[in-house]
Amino acid sequence: MYDVPNTTQETVVTDVKIKAKDVQVYYGDNHAIKDVSVEIENNTVTAFIGPSGCGKSTFLRCINRMNDTIDVCRVEGDILIDGEDIYDKRIDPVQLRAKVGMVFQKPNPFPKSIYDNVAYGPKIHGMSRNKAELDDIVERALRRGAIWDEVKDRLDAPGTGLSGGQQQRLCIARAIATEPEVLLMDEPCSALDPIATAQVEELIDELRQNYAVVIVTHSMQQAARVSQKTAFFHLGNLVEYGDTPKIFTNPEDSRTESYITGRIG
Amino acid sequence: MADLASNIPDAAPRRSSLAGGSARLRKRRRAELRLKIYGISAIGIAAAALITLLSTVVFQAGGALFSTYLDKEIQLDTEFLGVTASSDPKVIRRADFDGLIERGLEERFPLATGRQERRELHDLVSGGANFELADHVAANPDLLGQSINFPLIGSDTLDLYKQGAYGQLDRQPVNGLLSVSELEDGSLAISTSANDFSDALRQVKSQLYVDADRLRRQASRQENAIRVYGERAEAAETEEERSEQLAAQDLARERRDALIAQAEALEARADGAGGAEEVDDENVSLFIKAGGGWIRLTEVNRAEASGELLTRVTLPIEDSEAWSFRIMELPESNRPFSDHQIAWAETLNEAGLIERVFNTRFFTAADSRAPELAGIWGAVVGSFWTMLVTFSLTFPVGVLGAIYLQEFAPRNRFTDFIEVNINNLAAVPSIVFGLLGLAVFLSFFGMPRSAPLVGGIVLALMTLPTIIIASRAALRAVPPSIREAALGVGASKVQAVFHHVLPLAMPGILTGTIIGMAAALGETAPLLLIGMVAFIVEVPTGIMDNATVLPVQVFRWSDFPERAFEAKTAAAICVLLTFLVVMNLVAIILRRKFERRW
Repeated sequence: MYDVPNTTQETVVTDVKIKAKDVQVYYGDNHAIKDVSVEIENNTVTAFIGPSGCGKSTFLRCINRMNDTIDVCRVEGDILIDGEDIYDKRIDPVQLRAKVGMVFQKPNPFPKSIYDNVAYGPKIHGMSRNKAELDDIVERALRRGAIWDEVKDRLDAPGTGLSGGQQQRLCIARAIATEPEVLLMDEPCSALDPIATAQVEELIDELRQNYAVVIVTHSMQQAARVSQKTAFFHLGNLVEYGDTPKIFTNPEDSRTESYITGRIG
Repeated sequence: MADLASNIPDAAPRRSSLAGGSARLRKRRRAELRLKIYGISAIGIAAAALITLLSTVVFQAGGALFSTYLDKEIQLDTEFLGVTASSDPKVIRRADFDGLIERGLEERFPLATGRQERRELHDLVSGGANFELADHVAANPDLLGQSINFPLIGSDTLDLYKQGAYGQLDRQPVNGLLSVSELEDGSLAISTSANDFSDALRQVKSQLYVDADRLRRQASRQENAIRVYGERAEAAETEEERSEQLAAQDLARERRDALIAQAEALEARADGAGGAEEVDDENVSLFIKAGGGWIRLTEVNRAEASGELLTRVTLPIEDSEAWSFRIMELPESNRPFSDHQIAWAETLNEAGLIERVFNTRFFTAADSRAPELAGIWGAVVGSFWTMLVTFSLTFPVGVLGAIYLQEFAPRNRFTDFIEVNINNLAAVPSIVFGLLGLAVFLSFFGMPRSAPLVGGIVLALMTLPTIIIASRAALRAVPPSIREAALGVGASKVQAVFHHVLPLAMPGILTGTIIGMAAALGETAPLLLIGMVAFIVEVPTGIMDNATVLPVQVFRWSDFPERAFEAKTAAAICVLLTFLVVMNLVAIILRRKFERRW
């Protein structure tokens, strides 16, 4: 039913980048994530799939503590990045978010120039000493975001004037400009047309060389195409986690099978 | 529909015409039409009211646009003034320029000899003219001893007369030849060869009917008294009381008959074609211009009249054609500009010495008791200082408060309580803030009365809720994706707010601020309580000076008895409205220009 992903399937033996253990998330009285333990590997694209409201986005946002901004949200359990507990009191969430970049569902460039969009992160983190260095960083990020050729002549144009797909790639460039180690993507293609989606997916595959990429998606085809590992969430539980081909062809849990064959979800 | 039709065997295909329609449809259309008409008429009424208001104000303000000047040559007599060019400017300024101006006027009109007439003559010129002349001479002492042309500002009544506020001096057609001769008692015997005074006589006589009416009204009151006395006499219990009442009744009857007789006599006089009538100050004023001067009629018949000189006339005049006859409808007793003043003003006018120029003083001077000297600038500057204080307090506090409440404050009972109270504060009547200012800033902290500092603080308190509410709305309107984007690249919350959210919310915040400031600019009540209603003749130079503000100035002027202040009030309203319109325009332009769509 699904194409077995044929891109770069050689399973590289990689180290664990993110390790979550018994993570519980509550929104007030609502227990949104229950006992999730997962190990996310470096240089791998990990896809979170599952029906709406299953907690995949919530869990993703735990990884860079974006849930801190929600008053009623409470996180228990441990999430370690490179062995460091990110919910430790000594951890500055601002530093964490520089290390764990995020791309959102809807392209959300700042209503500023393309250059300023990308340069903002490096500026506030003091990554450049002068304008020339900043220019280099911006160019590198835009090149890695696979959008340089399209915007190099109009860096001063507003980022909001780009097309949807370009905007999303700009957001990815913005996220990687701060040189993160992990890139979280929350349904990055849901607001894009198929062509833009294909471009972004190609980009995700390239980004895998340098980052641990975690992507939340509603599209099982997309998960199958871009990821090496897949986690299936259902009603706040991590039901099944494993190599993508295995999840899609030979799931162990009946709920996973029901979901990927379209019976639930 | 299709299912239903197919269930009915052999049903003819349903057809209904789209044109016309059922009764129900027509009723619906009528209801919609009615609603539309209500809406349009509501807007029409509102627009008509607005146009009426604005046009009335603007029309009235026209009177303040020009002021009248007396451009008479002035001999700067060093002997009279007692100063020379080498005197200290302060001494020069103290010299009797008032007397100099009055002397000049008296020389021009030597007939004005009585105390009353001389005062009326001096009243042609504003009481402020001598100070201006003094300042001018003190600044240029070399002028002393020379004869200069210095425009003296005319009084408010002269200005109103020139505007025609008391009516026009109507020129009557004359056919006959005029003769005037002076009698032994100083009065003038006037005659024309045609009955040129007939119309005037009729107008004078019409006053007789008014008098007769008054008498008849008095007579009818006596009639009542007669009836009451009669009833009392009937009800009297003793003979003594009865005769007392009857005697009173007889007295009333006598009075009634006398009044009616008087009234009838007056009416007979009024009906008669001829007969000399006295012209008093309750009648129209009748002027004759002849022999190079002005005469006022004191008694008039169809072809003869008695009169008195208002200005110098070459006498006697015999069978002259060169004369004119003029009527001022408004009686002298009903206007503050006497017949003498009219004659002087007309004489000066014919000599080209009176000019009306654009009233720049209104836009450069501060307040004054004299309408012709009063200006709006003091109030404008007072408003500026007050607004400066208000803005510099309310904008940072309001915006920062809004940012904290909207972006950082935890949601709990305490912040809910604060929020409810801010909304309540916006609905507190402004005079309450004035009471607060009086009690706290003036009484407790002992701050100066009438100062823009206190006014500004009070208005800041009043404006604060508006700005907080508007700023919070503007911040709320910034999409959360912008905050997430900033947080996502590792910005702190403060950075996200100040680098991204606040700039995007700024147009909305500024709009709210300008609207709040506009409301504060038009606010009167709280300022009355903290003493900004004082009479301030100096343009304030800082926030501690005594000052008043535009709306309060309007309020004060509207309360002054001088008629010339009506126009000043309207003009001040125009200035205030202009400021408000400009501020609102700025708000609209800001909103249009920086409005972003995402």
